[in-house]
Amino acid sequence: MPRFLLIVNHDGGVIEAPMDEWTPDEVAAHMNYYEALSNELIESGELVQFKGLADPRLARIVRCDGASAPVVTDGPFPESKEVVAGFQMVDVESEARAVEIAARVSAVPGPGGVPLQQPIEVRQVMSESDYER
Amino acid sequence: VTGEPCVEDLLRRLSPQVLAVLVRQFGGFDACEDAVQEALIAAALRWPADGVPDNPLGWLLRTAARRFTDAVRSDQARRRREERVGWEPAGAGVPGHDDTLLLLFMCCHPALTPASAIALTLRAVGGLRTAEIASAYLVPEATMAQRISRAKQRTEASGARFRVPAPDSDEWAPRLRSVLHVLYLIFNEGYAATAGPALHRAELSGEAIRLTRALHRILPADSEVTSLLALMLLTDARRPARTGPDGELVPLAEQDRTRWDRRLIGEGVALIASTFGRGFPPGEYRLQAAIAAVHDRAPRADATDWPQILALYGMLERLTGNPVVTLNRAVAAAMVDGPAAGLALLDGLDADGGRLTGHHRLQAARAHLLEMQGDVESALVHYRAAAAGTTSIPEQRHLMAKAARLRRRTAG
Repeated sequence: MPRFLLIVNHDGGVIEAPMDEWTPDEVAAHMNYYEALSNELIESGELVQFKGLADPRLARIVRCDGASAPVVTDGPFPESKEVVAGFQMVDVESEARAVEIAARVSAVPGPGGVPLQQPIEVRQVMSESDYER
Repeated sequence: VTGEPCVEDLLRRLSPQVLAVLVRQFGGFDACEDAVQEALIAAALRWPADGVPDNPLGWLLRTAARRFTDAVRSDQARRRREERVGWEPAGAGVPGHDDTLLLLFMCCHPALTPASAIALTLRAVGGLRTAEIASAYLVPEATMAQRISRAKQRTEASGARFRVPAPDSDEWAPRLRSVLHVLYLIFNEGYAATAGPALHRAELSGEAIRLTRALHRILPADSEVTSLLALMLLTDARRPARTGPDGELVPLAEQDRTRWDRRLIGEGVALIASTFGRGFPPGEYRLQAAIAAVHDRAPRADATDWPQILALYGMLERLTGNPVVTLNRAVAAAMVDGPAAGLALLDGLDADGGRLTGHHRLQAARAHLLEMQGDVESALVHYRAAAAGTTSIPEQRHLMAKAARLRRRTAG
């Protein structure tokens, strides 16, 4: 079955307020939504992995020519909205199903229970197989 | 569950037979599997210490049936089901062909998605552990466990489950077809693996062949079953030559044919020959196996009987209407009548707005035929487009190598 990476970045969708300004209940509702979705995808036999990434302030950028010592620089990145915040990898029957799951991710609730409508990037993962037909 | 390797092998071989007998006697896939698992654990604990009993199958059957009836007695809901199916006393059952067939028909029920049917077949008929199946399909064990558990529930919920349809009924052909399709998919998954935990994945091909052999023993007169087995053997025979020293894909025309497995080819050719004169028109697997046999019998790529392959693809195209078959026919037509004939067929595929319009497969075939025609510039464009469009790493590597070779030629 094809695999897709569903990528969410720091673009907050329709909500401007960062999460540390939400009420605890709103944060809890947001997290519970993700957890319920993850459980649903495990039960449907489709979830390969679901991870959130640490804050971009903890990010490092590494460059190396393979010979001299690597050059390590800190973030932050120039356009922080475009930084990856987390991802799901799903193993599904079709691209249409991956899009359906991405829609659920995008609709995660924010302050006041409003769906965030975050843009979710859907990328097919290259496969190791080649069917000879 | 650990134990001596021989005990483990024996248990793996016997577990589907025990499951088949229980399912036939009692129904209730989930409950039967639980009982079989408990019997297997008991055996894995006791046999290495006490020695393997004289009749290991009988021991497992008795133990599993006892666990099942214990579970039924302690479970009100299951007691109701027991009365409904009117169960016979345990111990009378001897696993036979019908039981294996019953399991296969259940696990490959058309109500299941291919992914669920594959998982359930490997678990229940193949006797593989969930962790092994998860590793072969590169998903976490919990995800695979859920896939199997859902498949079981789905099978239970679907109507006519604990019986094999009568061979002369309308139901027979489509049900058998979905069994063959699942076995074919398992084989391909293992055969096409060029990376990942390659060992486990190659074992999938072996498992598919083992299960298809078993099915062939049960239905020796069915020409599609015979042909699927032949197709698997004729394809698997090329495995040693299919990848180069760096793991790269080697196309059929460039393979070192001395590395092909002659024994498998001999067996595959004999199987496909045995289907001649059995039913007309020939089915899909018979045509595919015949094409594989023509390739495998050619001592060199340029000694391939392309007119015969072209004719076989023509029949396969009429039978399936699959545009991928048309694409293969175009390549065969180019070998028989020259690249222009093949390109004309590809134009038709591109123009009809169908599944392959703009598809990387079509672009790769076009690049190949343009290269044959000597149009290096256009071939290069299509190789690059095909490489950008594929989602397969080995295929992409192959197409990029082709493009690089052509680029060197235009530069030099």
